[in-house]
Amino acid sequence: MSELLKTGVPDFSNWSCPLPLVGYPTIVMGHGGGGKLGNELVEHLFLPSFRNPALENLGDAALLDVQAGKIAMSTDSFVVQPLFFPGGNIGELAVNGTVNDLAVSGAVPRFLSASFILEEGFPLAQLAAIVGSMAKAATTAGVKIVTGDTKVVEHGHGDGCYINTAGIGVVREGIQVGPHRAQAGDVVLVSGTIGDHGMAIMSVREGLEFESQIRSDCAALNGMIGDVLNVARGAVHAMRDPTRGGLASTLNEIAQSSRVGVVIDEASLPVRTEVQSACELLGLDPVYVANEGKAVFFVAEEAADTVLALLRAHPLGREAARIGQVTAQHKGMLVARTAMGSNRVIPTQIGEQLPRIC
Amino acid sequence: MKYLTEFRNGEIAQRMAREIHSVATRPWKIMEVCGGQTHSIIRNGIDQMLPAGIEMIHGPGCPVCVTPLELIDKALAIAAQPGVIFCSFGDMLRVPGTEQDLFQVKGTGGDVRVVYSPLDAVELAANNPDREVVFFGVGFETTAPANAMSVHLAKRRGLKNFSVLVSHVLVPPAIEAILQSPGNRVQGFLLAGHVCSVMGYWEYPPIAEKYGVPLVVTGFEPLDLLDGIRRTVIQLEAGRHEVENAYSRVVTFEGNRAAQKLLSEVFEVSDRAWRGIGVIPKSGWKLSEAYREFDAEERFEISGIHTEESALCRAGDVLRGAIKPAECAAFGKECTPRHPLGATMVSSEGACAAYFNYGRFLSAEELASAGSALTGAAHE
Amino acid sequence: MVLLPEYKVVAMCLAIPGKVEEISFNGLIRVGRVNFGGVVKNVCLDYVPEVEVGDYTIVHVGFAISKIDEETAKQTLEDFRTLGLLDEELASEEEAFARAAKAPQSRCPDGSCGEK
Repeated sequence: MSELLKTGVPDFSNWSCPLPLVGYPTIVMGHGGGGKLGNELVEHLFLPSFRNPALENLGDAALLDVQAGKIAMSTDSFVVQPLFFPGGNIGELAVNGTVNDLAVSGAVPRFLSASFILEEGFPLAQLAAIVGSMAKAATTAGVKIVTGDTKVVEHGHGDGCYINTAGIGVVREGIQVGPHRAQAGDVVLVSGTIGDHGMAIMSVREGLEFESQIRSDCAALNGMIGDVLNVARGAVHAMRDPTRGGLASTLNEIAQSSRVGVVIDEASLPVRTEVQSACELLGLDPVYVANEGKAVFFVAEEAADTVLALLRAHPLGREAARIGQVTAQHKGMLVARTAMGSNRVIPTQIGEQLPRIC
Repeated sequence: MKYLTEFRNGEIAQRMAREIHSVATRPWKIMEVCGGQTHSIIRNGIDQMLPAGIEMIHGPGCPVCVTPLELIDKALAIAAQPGVIFCSFGDMLRVPGTEQDLFQVKGTGGDVRVVYSPLDAVELAANNPDREVVFFGVGFETTAPANAMSVHLAKRRGLKNFSVLVSHVLVPPAIEAILQSPGNRVQGFLLAGHVCSVMGYWEYPPIAEKYGVPLVVTGFEPLDLLDGIRRTVIQLEAGRHEVENAYSRVVTFEGNRAAQKLLSEVFEVSDRAWRGIGVIPKSGWKLSEAYREFDAEERFEISGIHTEESALCRAGDVLRGAIKPAECAAFGKECTPRHPLGATMVSSEGACAAYFNYGRFLSAEELASAGSALTGAAHE
Repeated sequence: MVLLPEYKVVAMCLAIPGKVEEISFNGLIRVGRVNFGGVVKNVCLDYVPEVEVGDYTIVHVGFAISKIDEETAKQTLEDFRTLGLLDEELASEEEAFARAAKAPQSRCPDGSCGEK
């Protein structure tokens, strides 16, 4: 079974698939039917990859032991195109995305479900690679994938593969964070460079070539966030991972939720050179471009330096930066001080600037 | 990026702004013609850095915005035809025609494709001999060389299934039209730097002379814009009206000879209707006799188009510089980039889009005091 | 069936500077491999026959339309840097940003943060 994780290609020798599949293994309608073919997919692909007792019971529901406390639950569906991109694929996006939503809510992520909607004709080898990545991401994040589902739709629908993950975690004791908790005087920190994921996707779609390829920053942030919360505890008022709509949309959301104004210093935003250049070329603004491995923190002023140091001490937060502050003025709005010294309002992203980004 | 980032230096920009403050003694109204310059001014807050009396008036420098509604409707009709692959630049997709836009035509089965370069459209034609490939050739003089080369290459390759829907407009006639219009308030112009990199600036001295206005060739980055404005103000204060080149690292007096040569072969001057402004004589280009076979308007005889502008839309007033986008009653309400009433709200060079996307919703005072919350933030 | 994005966002007057790293001929046009701050694209060089490898050029919709004169660029920057350095009476920054108050327009793009 470790073959799967090594090569991304399953061992078909024990499968009872009809002949065509052995030569060109692809998904057929039967794989979603809950019958023999579907069971084979579970037995030979999902189970070995996600290996854990809760899953192996194969009940209609996973029965889980969870410590007492408040449960956090989150779900997300992933429809990214292309499925495979520099720095990752839809699988690890699906795992890390839900892990991160739980983490920024102040919870310790524990268990995930994984549901697949596959297109008839989707290559099994690609599915195996995706599933392998999910297994690896889950292990890294310290979560288990304990239940799931597979449906198959006719060729021409489904764009290959859609994935939904739902996750539960246990809220850390004494931690109260939320988008409505930012306060005037709070410092705004970001854990690293912005725009990497979105531009990695765009570079594939636009056929852009780079001196040094932009890679998605897809990563599980619960370890880094744990480091921060263990020390700073109540000083962290709000956290969020700026995915669709980028940093700008996230900061606008928190400004509106908390009924405060947010001011950022454009010159302090960490952006990779290639990302900036690609944005210039395509007429995009990095503040609106999706991230999949970054978090923003709204921290009480007196704890800001400590939190920044904690972030920078973590491999995923080396380029963390202090980017702005919360103010009582212009409630609900995000304002940026440009390099020119002038101010401009940065509105929430209008519509879908970059469709199918995650 | 080299030759870009250096011209965005904030410290130098602020010093240049102070220079302008020290030389300006009276109010002046300056127009920048190019939409790209409008966007840069609004995005970087250049207008906020100027003395109170200096007003930047945004001109009709948006070729998508000035393309007549009738031509947009023709484009939509062509794109909807079976067998046609309709190619255009990205921001054309949401420009509203009378009934719909290209994006909707695509949604109902039209083969509409976004291309980065007109050469991509030529390749499509070569690779799809059984389809009619139409390219929407919209632009000022900056884009014309690219379109000219595409048509020229299509002719060299003997492609019979390629055509261009031409909507080319020229800057000098537009500037004259503005100067001639009754109630004109513009006293000086920033000339479009990249238009001039193609055409040079030999066309402008007669205009400066005839109307007594300073004309300064200006680039697009903050320092370039501030320099262009500074030179214009100095001329205005001194009562001079000359043509100056503030973008000399890219622009020469005669311009790009190779481009001009092919342009004169492929195109000929014609009258053009400018949406929101009206017909300006000799203000556009159409394909010359030798290349007329590639004209999509002739190839696809579209008739029976009924055009109707939105009653609420004031794009014409915005394009002429009569009002600022935020002064339109529909701005941000009935008209947003997601539901635009006119092209100026959706084109990447449209003034309304610039005001909306760069959030010109606070008053100038609120904007000025907004940044004061940043105390010793973030310079690590 | 794979959906390519509807929005290939290309700003029209967007002409940006890049460095020519390689030049070749594709049978029809002279093609340059141009590096824009780390992004590399193929560009038609037919309009700038004087441009060589190592030169900088302005590119618009896949075509180089002008060579950047590097000496002039350096001089321009130098002129900018020295501008205003000798001027003793510098206006304050606040003055630079103050403008005649204009009536506020709408509050937020979606009207959600309506109150003052």
